[in-house]
Amino acid sequence: MDKFTELTAIAAPMPNENIDTDQIIPARFLKTIQRTGLGKNAFAAQRYDENGNENPDFVLNKEPYRQAEILITYDNLGCGSSREHAPWALLDFGIRCVIAPSFADIFFNNCFKNGILPIRLPREICDELMGDARQGSNSRLTIDLEKQIIIRPEGNVVPFEVDPFRRHMLLEGLDDIGQTLAHDAEISSFEHQASRAWVPSISMGTAK
Amino acid sequence: MPVSSSPRTLFDKIWADHVVDRLEDGTCILYIDRHLVHEVTSPQAFEGLRMAGRRLRRPDATVAVVDHNVPTSDRSQPIEEPESRLQIETLEKNVAEFGVPYFPLRSASQGIVHVVGPEQGISLPGMTIVCGDSHTSTHGALGALAFGIGTSEVEHVMATQTLLQKPAKNMRVSVEGKVGPGVTAKDIMLAIIGKIGTAGGTGHVIEFAGSAIRDLDMAGRMTLCNMSIEGGAKAGLVAPDETTFAYVKGRPFAPKGEAFEQACAYWRTLASDEGAHFDTEVTLKAEDIVPSVTWGNSPQDVLPIDGIVPSPSDFKDPAQAAQVQRALDYMGLTAGQKIAGTPVDVVFIGSCTNSRLEDLRAAAEVVRGRHVAATVRAMIVPGSGLVKAAAEAEGLDKIFLDAGFEWREAGCSMCLGMNPDRLTPGQRCASTSNRNFEGRQGPGGRTHLCSPSMAAAAAVTGTLCDVRELMKETV
Ligand code: SF4
Repeated sequence: MDKFTELTAIAAPMPNENIDTDQIIPARFLKTIQRTGLGKNAFAAQRYDENGNENPDFVLNKEPYRQAEILITYDNLGCGSSREHAPWALLDFGIRCVIAPSFADIFFNNCFKNGILPIRLPREICDELMGDARQGSNSRLTIDLEKQIIIRPEGNVVPFEVDPFRRHMLLEGLDDIGQTLAHDAEISSFEHQASRAWVPSISMGTAK
Repeated sequence: MPVSSSPRTLFDKIWADHVVDRLEDGTCILYIDRHLVHEVTSPQAFEGLRMAGRRLRRPDATVAVVDHNVPTSDRSQPIEEPESRLQIETLEKNVAEFGVPYFPLRSASQGIVHVVGPEQGISLPGMTIVCGDSHTSTHGALGALAFGIGTSEVEHVMATQTLLQKPAKNMRVSVEGKVGPGVTAKDIMLAIIGKIGTAGGTGHVIEFAGSAIRDLDMAGRMTLCNMSIEGGAKAGLVAPDETTFAYVKGRPFAPKGEAFEQACAYWRTLASDEGAHFDTEVTLKAEDIVPSVTWGNSPQDVLPIDGIVPSPSDFKDPAQAAQVQRALDYMGLTAGQKIAGTPVDVVFIGSCTNSRLEDLRAAAEVVRGRHVAATVRAMIVPGSGLVKAAAEAEGLDKIFLDAGFEWREAGCSMCLGMNPDRLTPGQRCASTSNRNFEGRQGPGGRTHLCSPSMAAAAAVTGTLCDVRELMKETV
């Protein structure tokens, strides 16, 4: 996974609530067996018309937002399906940071696991950042994960909170599995506790 | 297990019994008892294992099914869509390579993962159950902590049989009293979501409690827990009770004999203690709940069937008003119109929310002796091969076929339209599924969520309507 330390990039405004994962990547694009290549279909229903032509009014079809690496939205971003194709599609488009007043839980987690930093900020602050993002070529924000601050186009600083464990993993570009496997002995002894004797093992021979 | 002095919730207890280790910052390594796998969210995880040279830690705690992509019509032919076929073939290759128990397409027990798990006794009370699918919350009906995970987490569970998690907050939704005739678990859940909103449960695990919940059968409890995610919650739970144990007993993969009795003894200890703390409490009166439908593109856009479609001017917040306008445009509805009487083109009875035998019985009750309206395409997609067979043994298939319904094979089908079962742009559908997002059932399709009996009523009248009217006629 790519490290996330500092990012200076165009922020795109999407002033909607409840942007669900079906909007981020519609189900018909979930048939891939790979993680990459979904970016061209991110937000497909809004980005293209029935004939596959770009809809000129959609924010990510406009300059400079085609280059956006930061997305600003309103409440409950990423609600709906658990599909990790949603962060994969965002990442493949080039998004590395999403900012909203609130997120759906699974999407929030999935972002971290793919090197995307989700930042939760109060609605009033999101309103201000939304204002920044609307300024076209002047919509550049700097996200400094080390210092946990956002630097706005005019230089004002907005601090943000992030889970220390998640921050560490992003800064170092670490994968969770390796970390957990370091606890292999504890996992094994947990598995063999007498109190767990009732949990049946499954093999296709067990039933029928 | 250590006996804790302070009263604990059902969630607290299941959680505590699965914590392997606690990291410095409070993140827990949580042991996972059951990992359910389907074709859409697993290929990249198996690939990740392979690339890292890691083994699947517990094939004997993992079960795979095909459901999302599968055709629900004739299965004697190869799958037509090449991408669907590739996903299914990839799953078959992976389960063979990693030794995962698997219900293949042609198995008599194949079906939607959230129907198959409980039906087979793979999902049991007191367990932690995960699947790369948000509606894993369904299994919470058994009194299991069950939640959806992303593909990276799927890979994490495959490699370690654990997840890194922080405890959720506790929320209790109590529904007290008795529901009226024609009111189902689906209506209860739509009422709850209408009340708390799609983000109301964020960060919480919801325990459903109260006499109206106790009175539900397991299928109803599954409908309720299934849509916990539509209320934003991480999971939904119902405390295991005698209804649960009677359901579990004798299922193919459930403990048998002495082991079953021991398990029951443990499961009986799981109910929330008197005085346990809930961070959030919500109460509804069962008597207030009526048959409901959704009008918009968010599951919280719920209306009682005698309700009227809202107007953007009802909302002060301009962002919300704009959203309502957008939903009206998308759904082809007018502010202030009655929702009842809206003509539908398609009726879909199926999905992990409402495709169990009890759901089909409820629909058949309405359909019996009636005929699908000439303008409507109506389909029944049972949740599993076993549900289908059981329904046929009762003659439900005949009732539906005689009435002009399609009687199809098990799968996700038109719930999300990954297989050929899709709405065409502008088509309006009364659907027993769980999501009414734009394009969910096919690009441009318009979804109205409702219960199986309400969907059946829409099929025979050709419009969204109050099932209670039809019930009166039958008496
Ligand atoms: S039936 Fe629908 S909601 Fe349920 S698992 Fe399938 S696609 Fe998901």
